[in-house]
Amino acid sequence: MYDTSISEKTVTQNSIKFSARNVQVHYGDTHAIKDVSVDIEDKTVTAFIGPSGCGKSTFLRCLNRMNDTIDICRVEGDIRLDGQDIYDKRVDPVQLRAKVGMVFQKPNPFPKSIYDNVAYGPKIHGLARNKADLDEIVERALRRGAIWDEVKDRLNEPGTGLSGGQQQRLCIARAVATEPEVLLMDEPCSALDPIATSQVEELMDELRKNYSLVIVTHSMQQAARVSQKTAFFHLGNLVEFGETGQIFTNPQDERTESYITGRIG
Amino acid sequence: MTDMTASPSGALATDARLRARLRQRKRKQVILQGLGLGAISFAGLMLFILVASLVSTGYKAVTQTHLTVEVFVDPQEISVDKLPRGGFRDVLAAALIKEFPDMAEAGRKDLRALTGVYSNGAQFRLRDMIVADPGLIGQTVTLTVPVSDPFDQLQKDLIKRETPQAQRRVDDRQIAWFDTLAERGMISEPINWGLLTNADSRFPELAGLKGALVGSFWALLVCFAISFPVGIGAAIYLEEFAPKNRMSDIIEVNINNLAAVPSVVFGLLALAVFLGWFGLPRSAPLVGGMTLALMTMPTIIISTRAALKAVPPSIREAALGVGASRHQVVFGHVLPLAMPGVMTGTIIGLAQALGETAPLLLIGMNAFITSAPGTPLDSATALPTQIFIWADSPERGFVSRTSAAILVLLGFLVMMNGIAIYLRNKFERSW
Amino acid sequence: MTSIAFLALFAISIIGYVWNITAVNAIRKGGNRLHSLGYFHGMYAFLVSFIPVFVVILLWLLLQGPVIEWIVAGGLPAGEYDGLGTGEQQLVMAEIKSIARGTIFGEPEEWKIAAAERLTRLYTLSSRAMLIAVVALGLGLMFLSRSKVSAEFRARHGVEHIVSGLMIFCATTAVFVTIGIVASLLFETLKFFDKVSVSEFLFGTNWEPQIPLREDQVAAEGAFGWLPVILGTLVITAVALFIAVPVGLMSAIYLNEFAPCRLRAVVKPALEILAGVPTVVYGFFAVLTVAPAIRAFGAQIGIDVAPNTALAAGGVMGIMLIPFISSFTDDALSAVPRTLSDGALGLGATRAEMVTTVLFPAAIPGIVGGVLLAVSRAIGETMIVVMAAGLIAKMTLNPLDSVTTVTVQIVTLLIGDTSFDNPKTLAAFALGMMLFIVTLIINIFAIRIVRKYREAYD
Repeated sequence: MYDTSISEKTVTQNSIKFSARNVQVHYGDTHAIKDVSVDIEDKTVTAFIGPSGCGKSTFLRCLNRMNDTIDICRVEGDIRLDGQDIYDKRVDPVQLRAKVGMVFQKPNPFPKSIYDNVAYGPKIHGLARNKADLDEIVERALRRGAIWDEVKDRLNEPGTGLSGGQQQRLCIARAVATEPEVLLMDEPCSALDPIATSQVEELMDELRKNYSLVIVTHSMQQAARVSQKTAFFHLGNLVEFGETGQIFTNPQDERTESYITGRIG
Repeated sequence: MTDMTASPSGALATDARLRARLRQRKRKQVILQGLGLGAISFAGLMLFILVASLVSTGYKAVTQTHLTVEVFVDPQEISVDKLPRGGFRDVLAAALIKEFPDMAEAGRKDLRALTGVYSNGAQFRLRDMIVADPGLIGQTVTLTVPVSDPFDQLQKDLIKRETPQAQRRVDDRQIAWFDTLAERGMISEPINWGLLTNADSRFPELAGLKGALVGSFWALLVCFAISFPVGIGAAIYLEEFAPKNRMSDIIEVNINNLAAVPSVVFGLLALAVFLGWFGLPRSAPLVGGMTLALMTMPTIIISTRAALKAVPPSIREAALGVGASRHQVVFGHVLPLAMPGVMTGTIIGLAQALGETAPLLLIGMNAFITSAPGTPLDSATALPTQIFIWADSPERGFVSRTSAAILVLLGFLVMMNGIAIYLRNKFERSW
Repeated sequence: MTSIAFLALFAISIIGYVWNITAVNAIRKGGNRLHSLGYFHGMYAFLVSFIPVFVVILLWLLLQGPVIEWIVAGGLPAGEYDGLGTGEQQLVMAEIKSIARGTIFGEPEEWKIAAAERLTRLYTLSSRAMLIAVVALGLGLMFLSRSKVSAEFRARHGVEHIVSGLMIFCATTAVFVTIGIVASLLFETLKFFDKVSVSEFLFGTNWEPQIPLREDQVAAEGAFGWLPVILGTLVITAVALFIAVPVGLMSAIYLNEFAPCRLRAVVKPALEILAGVPTVVYGFFAVLTVAPAIRAFGAQIGIDVAPNTALAAGGVMGIMLIPFISSFTDDALSAVPRTLSDGALGLGATRAEMVTTVLFPAAIPGIVGGVLLAVSRAIGETMIVVMAAGLIAKMTLNPLDSVTTVTVQIVTLLIGDTSFDNPKTLAAFALGMMLFIVTLIINIFAIRIVRKYREAYD
């Protein structure tokens, strides 16, 4: 009976994955997110843009409850993943994060081998029954991360020895290995050079076939290149949300227009 | 965290195997947290026991049992021209015999049992009184003197009356006398100021910390006078002026290592160099202070460098930009801004020095000295070495005094650290 | 006389300061622009006269004692002094000095009284000479610095050079202290090895320095083998680490990752208190509370525990080291970048899994460095063991037994008489040398590990 909703959602194309309603976030005394409501679709890249400090990263971290790790952070409102309240008392953030993977701004491979980096998630969640199983999961994840060909001969070397772009793709592969349904990416390319960035952007487009992707970026070009939906945040408010093409060509709000034309930011 | 047995339906539901696994993972988390809490509780418990055992033994030394007697200063025993010699002991004995007339004809041994109530210092107290005012001879004076250690312990219930006579240091007869004196209101238990105002003594009831406090004061003064300027000079040079070369590296490594050299090795250095080669006097606070200075210096250097580092380069650039020399920048701008940090580090370093014992033992600051030192060159003890001496003394009365002395020492340390924290909080600024 | 010399020094320096400033003002009135401010000319005069004279006074005070004694000793009647051993010579000299101070015991020989008078005369002479030297040198330097005052004179550079020189001197003191430690230890240790062979000391299994030995018997007796002493040290260190490492580690992990803010705010200062307690207090705690408790417990379960068991000293030392280990672990854990733990949590690891599989392994080098420093601390710790451990060296690994340590032996050998020529005293220096070498090696190693580890994450 638990599995009904999962099987249903695979049928409908671009169904709503996350639906957030009236989300408020407080950091101590600071009101960081003010009344944000947004729907995030499956098999879509949604970009959060806005000037720095506008709350886009904070909101992203609400989606897999990474804000729980910060003591002074308080989240109110309603965020549902496939119709289920993720801030429900009975929901375990550990389990949620297995379903909602995250890739961080700075590539953060563990100081372990490439293999162990990717196998980390499957191991802790008990996804593999035996070594062969695990090998297969690792290979599949690395292929999805578009890095398999580069590392297949040196799986036992430390992940920290890779180049920046490779490290970030390794982190994406590591996130993919737990078979998430949503991937959150917090400025995944800000620490990378242009070539590595374009590789990661290609990868995002590829991943869109299987996952719902949410990326935070402060590069508007990147948002325009990779996303189908764009949300513009300003001072903790969600100013505008819609089709990427429409946001960039015909913004409804003047703040959005000012930002896109470079007057604020 | 949440138990997943009542997992909600929907996207976050999983099969039974994964849920069981999750429960197991959560259990590991609980175990780890339990171990952590256990460790902290253990440390807390130890701190509690430490303080509790010191306070529970030390509070007994807060008061000292005193005996108040009317003493007739018999001119036959004490005469002006023989002062300061005289039969003070006999005069005191007579005062007690007046209370217990049946003891008048008693033998010498019995009489000694009776006068054992007096502290050994009682006769000297009387002597000093009469030397100061010879007019008292022939009069009756009211004298309040400490009682000797066994009776002090009897009063404080440290010697139990139930114990068989053979196993306690006062016999039944002495207890009876003491009780009679108490009934007549001659026994009192005032605050034991002597603990702070007396110098050391072989007799617990007379022993005090004055000598140790003065000795520690001199030692710390010398320590400060040497380590503060030298430490700051070294830190400024290393942080602001030193070229990055081999020599600076060697000095740097040296200071870090010096901070970790066992304290007893500094004692050996002081013994061989200060006492052996330079011929400075043993047991002197001057030598103690010099030794402590060597140990405090690395602490001051390290904290001063940290404080200098915390001053942002923009301040230096601003001053250099208006044409100040590097020296003017450092002494006029950077050092004053770093001063709170420097002071904090120095006070913490001095607090460490105050508690340091081993090197002082090696240079003989554990001598038995019954007067406070007048200058840093006189023989003296220091607070921690006095604690060591008392802790080693066989008399029961020294146990509570050791604890009390430790509480005094800890009081000073808390005060110094409190000042350091206050300075840090008051003047700390974020750049 | 000494204080008069210091007063003269201050007076001369300050007069020089004022004089130079007046001179500067005169030049300025004449319409000339000076290179340096008047203040610097004044400071120049102050420093130029103060520092050399100050050094002269210190050297004089330091050297006059030995020199005068040497002169007095040279003037003693032949046969009375020069034929004696060092110890007896010291005794004679001490007697002469006490006669000079006026405390006379019994009837000293005529020549001693004469020597005492000579001593007093020389001291008076010396202090007068010092005063004259101080004033002459100080005035000379004052005039020298006055003569330099001119519009072109770069007084600021002069002052800054002197101050830099002073600071360099301060910075090199650390090196001098190290050299002093090594030299003094080495010097006495070599004397020790004249009397006891090196192999005897390093490999002997018998340590009985308290037994009075005839000089020629030392080697044959073999009572200066340090192995049982170092073994005892290691037993106590092991006990201490057995307590401190797990407790310190776990509490740091808990405080860093699990504890609510309010608990952290209470526990951190408590640990700092524990770290600031002087070791003599821990020693008393061991004797007063812990050792009797362990003995009582042992008696209850039928085990015979020695009164000064290694367990009590080691256990209390462990308590002392808890805050040490915990603060190093804390630093090491905090140095691991937050992104790593976020990465693990973002993959759905529980906090415990994150700690054990990512955070802790990444912090291990820093923690190992801290533990090594704790080992060196434990080996060099003195007061706890002096008060709570035993005096007799035994080749045993049993922590219930009473063992002795290197530091205990150093202190017991040196408390009381310290003439520098008997093997007992010298043995303490040999032990000190070994202690210094062992802890130095551990420290260098540990500091290097910690630093390298910090660089890895900076």
